[in-house]
Amino acid sequence: MSRFFGRLFAHLDGPLVGLLCLLLLLSMATVYSASGAGVAKMTAHFLNIGVALGALLVMSHIPPQRLMQFAFPAYVLGVLLLLGVAVGGVVVNGSRRWLDLGVTRIQPSELMRLAAPMMLAWYFHSRQATLHLRDFFVAALLLLLPVGLIARQPDLGTSLLISASGFYVLYLAGLPWRIIMGGVVALAGVVPFAWHYLLHDYQRQRVMTLIDPSSDPLGAGYHIIQATIAVGSGGWSGKGWMAGTQTHLDFLPERSTDFIFAVYSEEFGLLGNLLLLSLYAAIILRGLWLASSAPSLFGRLLAGAIVLTFFTYAFVNMGMVSGILPVVGVPLPLISYGGTSMLTVMLGFGILMSLATHKKLVKT
Amino acid sequence: MKWRLINPEEEFHQYRWRTEVAMVFVGLMLLGLFGRFVWLQVLQYDRYHALAESNRISLVPAPPSRGALYDRTGMVLAQNYSAYTLEITPSRAGKPDDVIERLSQVISITASDRKRFRKLLSESKNFESIPLRNQLTEEEAARFTVNRYLFPGVEIKARLFRQYPFGANFSHVVGYLGRVGQRDLQRLEEKGVSANYKGTDHIGKLGIEASYESWLHGRTGIERVETDSSGRAVRVLSRTSPVSGYNLWLHLDAKLQQVAQQAFGEYRGALVALDPRNGGVLALVSQPGFDPNLFVDGIDTDTWNELNGSEDRPLINRALRGIYPPGSTIKPFMALGALELGVRQAGDTISDPGFFALPGSRHRYRDWKKEGHGSVDLKKSITVSCDTYYYGLARDMGIERMAGFLGQFGFGQRSGVDLDGELAGLMPTPAWKAKRYRKPWWPGETVIAGIGQGYVLTSPMQLAVATMALANQGLVYKPQLIRSWQDPVSGKIIQAQPQVVRRLDFKAAHLQLVRDAMVDVMRPGGTASGAGGGGGLRHRRQNRHGAGQGHQTRRALCGKSGECPTSRPCPVHRLCPGGQPQDRVGRDGGKRWAWRLNGGTDCPSGHGLLVAGQIAGCACTRRGFRSGG
Repeated sequence: MSRFFGRLFAHLDGPLVGLLCLLLLLSMATVYSASGAGVAKMTAHFLNIGVALGALLVMSHIPPQRLMQFAFPAYVLGVLLLLGVAVGGVVVNGSRRWLDLGVTRIQPSELMRLAAPMMLAWYFHSRQATLHLRDFFVAALLLLLPVGLIARQPDLGTSLLISASGFYVLYLAGLPWRIIMGGVVALAGVVPFAWHYLLHDYQRQRVMTLIDPSSDPLGAGYHIIQATIAVGSGGWSGKGWMAGTQTHLDFLPERSTDFIFAVYSEEFGLLGNLLLLSLYAAIILRGLWLASSAPSLFGRLLAGAIVLTFFTYAFVNMGMVSGILPVVGVPLPLISYGGTSMLTVMLGFGILMSLATHKKLVKT
Repeated sequence: MKWRLINPEEEFHQYRWRTEVAMVFVGLMLLGLFGRFVWLQVLQYDRYHALAESNRISLVPAPPSRGALYDRTGMVLAQNYSAYTLEITPSRAGKPDDVIERLSQVISITASDRKRFRKLLSESKNFESIPLRNQLTEEEAARFTVNRYLFPGVEIKARLFRQYPFGANFSHVVGYLGRVGQRDLQRLEEKGVSANYKGTDHIGKLGIEASYESWLHGRTGIERVETDSSGRAVRVLSRTSPVSGYNLWLHLDAKLQQVAQQAFGEYRGALVALDPRNGGVLALVSQPGFDPNLFVDGIDTDTWNELNGSEDRPLINRALRGIYPPGSTIKPFMALGALELGVRQAGDTISDPGFFALPGSRHRYRDWKKEGHGSVDLKKSITVSCDTYYYGLARDMGIERMAGFLGQFGFGQRSGVDLDGELAGLMPTPAWKAKRYRKPWWPGETVIAGIGQGYVLTSPMQLAVATMALANQGLVYKPQLIRSWQDPVSGKIIQAQPQVVRRLDFKAAHLQLVRDAMVDVMRPGGTASGAGGGGGLRHRRQNRHGAGQGHQTRRALCGKSGECPTSRPCPVHRLCPGGQPQDRVGRDGGKRWAWRLNGGTDCPSGHGLLVAGQIAGCACTRRGFRSGG
């Protein structure tokens, strides 16, 4: 029996799983408060966590070679689905993100969150012996194809986050510094152009609202203002669990999903935030450590990108809630209520553990 | 860059280096976030704490209950009742017309409700709730409550309403409440009491309701309420209870008021009855009046235009703002002046040919009795109201002395009654005319002033106060409506003190002579012989046109003022005199008025009663006020 469990957990990394579980405990407490002790929501949340942990466990057992085999098909499938969305997707709230399969609706951009970095990692892995600058160019095109499709939906937040995860692969694969710098400069040049021609009105408004939330206190600025008030009024030690006035008197929008950090921050204060930041930092450090111990280039690139993407999600969400980044629909990883996000993140960590722990079984 | 083989060792090295850079990057970013948290949660804590509190806590005013008004016998003149209203908050309800259309399928909404709502909407701010229907029945309230989810921004509220049981009987004295308007707000702001009016949407606009506004209103309480984002109250954190306004008891006598008002019939005019012992206002009539209850719900435009545009001017309080030439009612005061100033002795007689002429002028100032009164002494001049006597007296006194003496009685001055909007009237002097018209004073103007015509203007209230001076041996009280009030906190009732305005010093014999003459007015041979026995009374009817000499009174009027003997209780109908027009139709007018006053109520003071009344527009037009539209 114990041998069974031993084998079941063989590919898990103890410290990382421990850290993730701590985060999940915070998540349970916060979702409980945010939902007003809602039984239905908590039940669903437990279920989501259970499924996500199961996925983590399963993924940790899938050897890297199998993952590499999945990389290309998953990418192609993802792109095809995105094309399908572009042609016949369902429009919800003004953007075309969903594909109706009759049985259920899926959001192909979610698949791309993992498929894109996998594809790029696989590409660099296959070209590793003869890496050329041209390969970075090809990789960038491979990335831009799904990113462009997602941006057109429009879903700027997801497309930016997927470009980030793709960029991390390029970066870790050794994208020359001068190109990175050049890219930064070019981006700065493109921004005014993009502002006028590429961004949708609502996207422009989000940015404008960020710069001056009080310009529209009851409209777009309302979320930011109320979230900032919640965070600020938490003070040093917070108002106490279940005692956040902004949360419980309904001033916070989306309080169990995208804006859950405001709930956490209001009730647990700066000390709570310090704990949360430390947990995130520890997970990222441990994750990067594991990533660099992966035996294959594919493993290292994919694992590193997964960890850095995880960081990006956390940073963007907290930045948005505390009013330094525009509002993009990004949940706080492993804290927000919501099955998809929970599953995607845990799948990522499952892959990370698989990549890091299968080294002895991999021939190089 | 050319093809190059990559050394796994070197590649791994590069990876480690890049990871380390990434770690530093991650660390810096997290540190930045932490800095932001410190800024928000520590450095800016006070500000956000305050913002969260003001989000959470709203101060809800608890409006006080307005004090009630009673007459001297305890009859209710104004009270509150609670009723359901249906109110719309436009900012939350969407397009008002659509909402009202849908609401009308649930409860009945009349065209005048809509009209009034539109008027209120145009006057109000968007976030205020505006009443659409008042006085919902229980059934209507229940029907709306069931469908409430269909109407965001529409609410049923229990509100206190003002009610005036006597309706038009007391329109001008008691006044009415109306919605707080822009100008009211400004005035409250200036007085620094606007905070006390939060949550109150009615304010006294006229009469006692206006002049005692600060007593009646009370003190607004405050509830600190925790509310959620949609403004729903979650719980009350603390509460300061409102303090009700004072209940006021007035000197007014409801029955006397009704009787006096009925006596006017269809004539326009005003009447003031005073209690000479303290200046209490027992009745104050201005005819025609209006129903103050119309204003409480917010008057609709048509009714308002009808009231405001009517030729009868029902909105004007004639008792205070109706200033007319006093006519013959001024004669007893002239007579007293003649004796006091030594211009005439009681026994001096004149021979009245039916007119008076100034020396060197052929113009005849006519007496109302064409053939004249024959030999007239001072007493007879009052009893028969002999104009010729006073033409001559006025010339001998001179306008300056007349103005000085009559001014002591309060002619041409505000009486100071506790109602707003009183007019001063006018006691003319040459200096006044020079300043006003830049013209000299003509002797003829003095002559007609002697019978209360020309420039002399007094209000019925002034006449009543002046008559009080005669009745009280020169003691004049300020006319007062308020008799007592009740402090709602202690429940104690406080009596209003009579206020002496002046003490006039007249020779007792002079006063007695004039008063005896006034009593004789109602005896056979007097001009009000039909008005009933016992009461002293002085009267004078209209002068159709101020005759000759430049100045024309357009307004014809009749006036009577009188005094009840201060010795015994007496039924009102016997002593309340009135200004029946003794016009061409008949000389029995005095009787008719006395008959109308026969309402059978006891004299409220038990002792005495002073009345001054005037009817305007009677002799010339004889127009009922209803026909005026």
